[in-house]
Amino acid sequence: MATDDTVSSATRDRIAQQFIEALPFARALGMRLDRLDNGEAEISMGWNEEFIGDPRSGVIHGGVISALMDTCSGAAVLSHATAPKSTATIDLRIDYMRGATPGQRLTATARCYHVTRSVAFVRTQAFDDDRDQPVATATGAFTLER
Amino acid sequence: MADRNEPLQQVKLRRDTALKALVDGVPYIRWMGIRFDRRGDELTAIMPFDEKLIGNPFLPAIHGGATAAFLEIAAIVEMSWVAMWEDLESGRIAPDAAIPDTTPRLPKTIDFTVDYLRSGLPRDAYARARVVRSGRRYASVHVEAWQDNRAKLFAQATAHFLMPQG
Repeated sequence: MATDDTVSSATRDRIAQQFIEALPFARALGMRLDRLDNGEAEISMGWNEEFIGDPRSGVIHGGVISALMDTCSGAAVLSHATAPKSTATIDLRIDYMRGATPGQRLTATARCYHVTRSVAFVRTQAFDDDRDQPVATATGAFTLER
Repeated sequence: MADRNEPLQQVKLRRDTALKALVDGVPYIRWMGIRFDRRGDELTAIMPFDEKLIGNPFLPAIHGGATAAFLEIAAIVEMSWVAMWEDLESGRIAPDAAIPDTTPRLPKTIDFTVDYLRSGLPRDAYARARVVRSGRRYASVHVEAWQDNRAKLFAQATAHFLMPQG
């Protein structure tokens, strides 16, 4: 019984990891899947001056952070214990708390905190090196294909 | 205000130079391959399709993050464009990418809500933003994006911005 669970969760994680690595946009932005576990995901990406949104401050564009948070949210959905086949974003609301510090790695952590038969609800946070104050937080609703 | 006898080429050059200053100075807009089409003061953001924008290779579909970035870029540029239009037309400012510190300060995004209506096809995408309300400190902007049919939006978004101060 315990063995079966371990195998299925390992298989589930491998499928989800391959899926994320197969996303051209996530790959182009240099995203790395750091953790994936039963409805929780952590994805990070390196600093790149090509992603600057405000040339005066050197702060990364909000669109980069939304891409990271959207991807991380989707990964959290796919890793949920109910093993959905695929997912798509219905809506995503992002609150920007502060500009990300130039030069620092960006990390998003997402938690799929509730699923129904066809919808998943996710909360996500994004950080730079300061893990106490998020750069941005997001809440989203996602489709579930079973 | 506007001088009706101002030479047409001069008017176009002034507006196009200012728009270029707003867009070309932002590395991420360039990286995304997004450009802007201008008709008078009306802007249309264009995101030409590129393989790197794909999020679901099986369909294929544009990545939700690429769509979000496209909408946010369209909203910020429209917001800044509307904010500087009067000063630009009256000649008080002349933003030029070639002259440092003439480019306008950008608004800061407070929040951004994307509504995904249908999956983004592997085709060019277009977006237009509208400043719904703009006060001294805060602004609310709505943006719509479509591909083949203007009436069939594939995404829309509402964004709130903190206006640049000083």
